[in-house]
Amino acid sequence: MSKVLYSPKVETYTAPTSYCPGCGHGQLHKIIGDAIDELKIREKIIFVDSVGCSVFAYKYFDCDHIQVPHGRAPAAATGIKRLMPENVVLTYQGDGDLAAIGTAEIIHAANRGENISVFFVNNAIYGMTGGQMAPTTLIGQKTTTSHTGRDEQVVGYPIKVCELLNTLEAPIYLERVAMFDALHIRQTKEAIKKSFRIQLKNKGFSLVEILSNCPTNWKMTPEQSMDYVKNEMTQEFKLGTIRDKEFCQK
Amino acid sequence: MGLEEKVAFIKGNEAVVEAALRAGVNGFFGYPITPASEISEGMAKAFWENLEAIKKGGKPRYPDYQIFLQMESEIASINAVFGGAATGKRVMTASSGPGMSLKQEAISFMAGAEVPAVIVNVMRGGPGLGNISGEQSDYFQTVKGGGHGDYKVLTLAPNSVQEMADLTSLLFNLTDKYRSPGILLADGYLGQMKEGIIFPETKTEFTDKSSWCLNGAKNREKHVVNSLFINQDELEAHKIRLKTKFDLMEKNEIRFEEYKTRNAEIIIASYGVVSRIAKDVVDTARKEGMKVGLIRPISLWPFPQEKIRKLAKKTKAFLTLELSFGQMVEDVKLAVNGQCPVHFYGRYGGNLPTEEEIIKQIKKIYKKK
Repeated sequence: MSKVLYSPKVETYTAPTSYCPGCGHGQLHKIIGDAIDELKIREKIIFVDSVGCSVFAYKYFDCDHIQVPHGRAPAAATGIKRLMPENVVLTYQGDGDLAAIGTAEIIHAANRGENISVFFVNNAIYGMTGGQMAPTTLIGQKTTTSHTGRDEQVVGYPIKVCELLNTLEAPIYLERVAMFDALHIRQTKEAIKKSFRIQLKNKGFSLVEILSNCPTNWKMTPEQSMDYVKNEMTQEFKLGTIRDKEFCQK
Repeated sequence: MGLEEKVAFIKGNEAVVEAALRAGVNGFFGYPITPASEISEGMAKAFWENLEAIKKGGKPRYPDYQIFLQMESEIASINAVFGGAATGKRVMTASSGPGMSLKQEAISFMAGAEVPAVIVNVMRGGPGLGNISGEQSDYFQTVKGGGHGDYKVLTLAPNSVQEMADLTSLLFNLTDKYRSPGILLADGYLGQMKEGIIFPETKTEFTDKSSWCLNGAKNREKHVVNSLFINQDELEAHKIRLKTKFDLMEKNEIRFEEYKTRNAEIIIASYGVVSRIAKDVVDTARKEGMKVGLIRPISLWPFPQEKIRKLAKKTKAFLTLELSFGQMVEDVKLAVNGQCPVHFYGRYGGNLPTEEEIIKQIKKIYKKK
């Protein structure tokens, strides 16, 4: 029989979630919860929930939450952080929320250098509404509104959010990570902790883009979907640090 | 302007700024739009002066006032208000016409999530871009919902620069008390005109928001500011609670002004800038032997329905005056409920009716009787 030698006390992430089997949200929730616990900042967190599959995030984290209109999380987070600078404010947004309906809000929050942490979950699809084409859907990728595959001649190309924000002066830290294997999960957690540390040091705006999967709407098994992230998505969305303006211990 | 000053000769929009600062506003998130821009400008000036004073090692004039931000859009500004107000701080914004249309989604969220904030609408001409003069064509948008879903917004309508200040102060207290957003429904005339005022003595009543505000879950359960209730029974229970609150506002927060209604044969119903002309009309008409009175709703929601119902029992006709096709007139008709005829006269495009025009309407009604 095996014996549990050590188990970290989980404070923030209160599973189980109601996400689909194999969905990246559950995994990312745990990573963020662990990062919050390790930095001991649960009591300071104000979590801004956006619209999409993660709209129920307030059920899964034992910290203060506000659920805001579609795409507006960076604006709401601005209002919160400017009035409560001692709190740690994060937004958790999907690709439809952040890169389509909320494009203006993310660009301007980044441009003002808002001292917030933005976690941008890119799974290349509108999951909650049943799998429609997103601004980050890959060329040729089939969705319910691009059923023969995304045609760039008609609907344009996938938007690369980190690269777009990298044209601005203010952002401190922009990183793209993925969660398809243990190494990348560890890197994701490090990036999230780094984003929090930047905020705790009042350095300014940071965004971590997490490439994630959607087995249900991609019509794949969880394993196939992980391979898709690894082999297809990372071709379009290159992993790595896009901006690191301030040396900050990982 | 210093806090020691008790009187001033200022624009309506400037009166809103001064009243908000004296009411302890903590944050303002705005976006420029005519004819409301002076509110953003005034809030900005106070913020930068505060910062300047702190930099010089002195005390800021308004120590509670933490932040002014000009946001990227009307939508961003109201959502910053939503977030900011959810922390329990006093937060406000101001806009007009097209800007107010864009804000409706977040106002619905705030009503649903029970977040108080003060929103000023300095009404301009519509529809579309309309123009930048004063109109009253946003009545429906303001008191009938505006955004999606069942909700009500406390709406106060000033008719002078004095009331721009008084009702701003009052609205901060009321929105906090009921944990619900409120709108100060002014118009381009009131925003732009200058009058002498005495600063309001409305006491700032700070409500305890510690049971719901977002400030970090330290030594307490987490707080969730939310308008989402996916379970049908949960949403129904939440809505029953909201309705109970709206019913309470209807019971307690009705405000109006009455002028010479006691033996009036014709009662003018009007609010905002037009009610000032109407008041003069009452006196002029009475000099000519016509018994005219005035009822001026100050709270547009809740609407003084019961008052108008009672007046309708004794008078012979109502004349509703508005700067629109006729929006409040529908509420007047509902209140009168067929007890007497309800007439309407409106001007649009930012034009105001003259006393003579209104007297003519009154004479017409007399002839019909």
